[in-house]
Amino acid sequence: MNKKLWAALFLLCLLGLLAGCSKKENTNEEQGSSPSSEVKPAPASAPIDPATAARVSGTVTFGGTTPKGQKIDMSQDAACKGNNMAETIVANDGKLANVFVYVKEGLGDRTFDTPKDSTTIDQKGCQYHPHVLAVMTGQNIEIKNDDDTTHNIHPTPKDNREWNESQPPKAAPIEKSFAREEIMLPVKCNQHPWMKMYVNVVKSPFFAVTGADGKYEIKGLPPGNYTLAFVQEKMGEQTQKVTLAAKDSKTVDQGFKP
Amino acid sequence: MPAVPRASCPRSGGRDARQRAGGDAGATQTSEEPLLKAIAIPYNRAHHRFAVFAASATFLLIVAGALVTSNDAGLSVPDWPTSFGSLYKIPRLVGGVKFEHTHRMIAQFVGFLSIILAAWTGRADPRRWMKWLGVTALGLVIAQGILGGLTVLFYLPPAISSAHAALAQTFFCVVVLIALFTGRNWLEEIPQVEIRHDQNDAPRPLFTLSLLSVFVLYVQLVLGAMFRHHGLSWWPHVLNAATVAIVLAWTSIRALLRYSGIDSVRRPAITVLALMIAQLYLGFVAFLTRVAWGHDAVQPELPMVISTVAHVAVGALLLATTAVLAVEVWRHSPVSVREHIPGRERKAVAA
Repeated sequence: MNKKLWAALFLLCLLGLLAGCSKKENTNEEQGSSPSSEVKPAPASAPIDPATAARVSGTVTFGGTTPKGQKIDMSQDAACKGNNMAETIVANDGKLANVFVYVKEGLGDRTFDTPKDSTTIDQKGCQYHPHVLAVMTGQNIEIKNDDDTTHNIHPTPKDNREWNESQPPKAAPIEKSFAREEIMLPVKCNQHPWMKMYVNVVKSPFFAVTGADGKYEIKGLPPGNYTLAFVQEKMGEQTQKVTLAAKDSKTVDQGFKP
Repeated sequence: MPAVPRASCPRSGGRDARQRAGGDAGATQTSEEPLLKAIAIPYNRAHHRFAVFAASATFLLIVAGALVTSNDAGLSVPDWPTSFGSLYKIPRLVGGVKFEHTHRMIAQFVGFLSIILAAWTGRADPRRWMKWLGVTALGLVIAQGILGGLTVLFYLPPAISSAHAALAQTFFCVVVLIALFTGRNWLEEIPQVEIRHDQNDAPRPLFTLSLLSVFVLYVQLVLGAMFRHHGLSWWPHVLNAATVAIVLAWTSIRALLRYSGIDSVRRPAITVLALMIAQLYLGFVAFLTRVAWGHDAVQPELPMVISTVAHVAVGALLLATTAVLAVEVWRHSPVSVREHIPGRERKAVAA
């Protein structure tokens, strides 16, 4: 065979390898990014005066046709007898649930104490409850297993430490926390591959997750100019700017489109 | 290509062959030394059958491993080398544990088979390189077990998971070759070997082409494994499929044309062609079910699992068959008259 032909074939293979290596598949692009990189430093400020604290609330809506819910096949494990619909997009009458809302910009370099009370993740019916959780950095998370089967809890963070622990039925709760800010940190159970949830970790207490009615409320904000971020696990992040005066109560609605 | 005389070299009762080979080689081959490719070794049926069994078990292990990945069950047992803290207790085989722990149990069994195979080959096979091949298989299976453990302990890093996938098929090829080299066909077949006496170092283009086939397939295996384990996009694997198809088709057709009358070459050449067509089809279906239709799936869906596992399994068979083809082409390709049995192995009866 011609030597040039050999060389061409070899180069083709090599190019395929090199070109492929140059781009790593990123499956989490639409899940938001770490807020820490975008927060502008602001001057140090005084402690928040409760007498002037403002409030922002609103409704997150889903525009367009609500996607048909995806059914989960739980037949792999007879002990799994829960709601078998996926929670990727949960919209009722156009109101979007499970949207994480937080103050992305405007708090400056204020620091906040980590809450002493724990927040809970419950594994029940082979699904995580809640589907979207929000906590502060360092806040304790108590993970319970109310199912008659073993689960494993496996967060796959970008900025925090990854871990993977199994939890037999009725075992003592596992207590964990996340040290760094991270938005839409995926958590999954490798034993039941449909079990997925997201944990949002931020430094401030000004956040909320929309309920089934699409509503949210953030209280106790000091007067100022803020950027509110609305993050949905599949549709990504949207932001709105809002100015709050002392004792203000403003409504900021947000719409998502597929 | 210069005209070369052909000599039929019977592998057993080889005096005729040696004389003919020596005769064809002219003045450069005056002794009655047997050709390297034609060493008579007594066929050991039990050893050969055990090697075939080990190869079959390894194939089953590859399928079990593919099921783990396709079902996203790689970390369902979070510890290693124990499973949920125990070395011997079988956990409740539900959900992902069913795939992961079954894979571990088959892997332990294959590891056990590899120890026996290496020891048996060391004792029963007089060929020194075969003893080393047995030891190599054992080393590979140990390395493979360690990689499997590391990928669990480090939460499936793409590089380690891909290396685990690639080494699995490397080990499979080695065990398949052990089965080939211990087979009756290999030991007793009469190879139709050409003797080149005009160009001692003449190139053997078909053999080189068959080696290239193994190489491009291995590159394809690595690209596929990296895509499957989230270390790479899908397109390098898909793009390289065209190169693989061209090289494999070219090799097989040339082998069929060149050695149409030799079963031991014709059979793997036809099998490579058939497996390659099946593999292209499976690759297309796997792409549809995983990339095009399945990227939003809430859990691994059956069509995706079936097509991707079949793609891995047929890929393993294709790589092993291509390796067999390369070996058979080497065996039947023209030999230099300089290629003689080393002195220490001359006691082997030829042919």
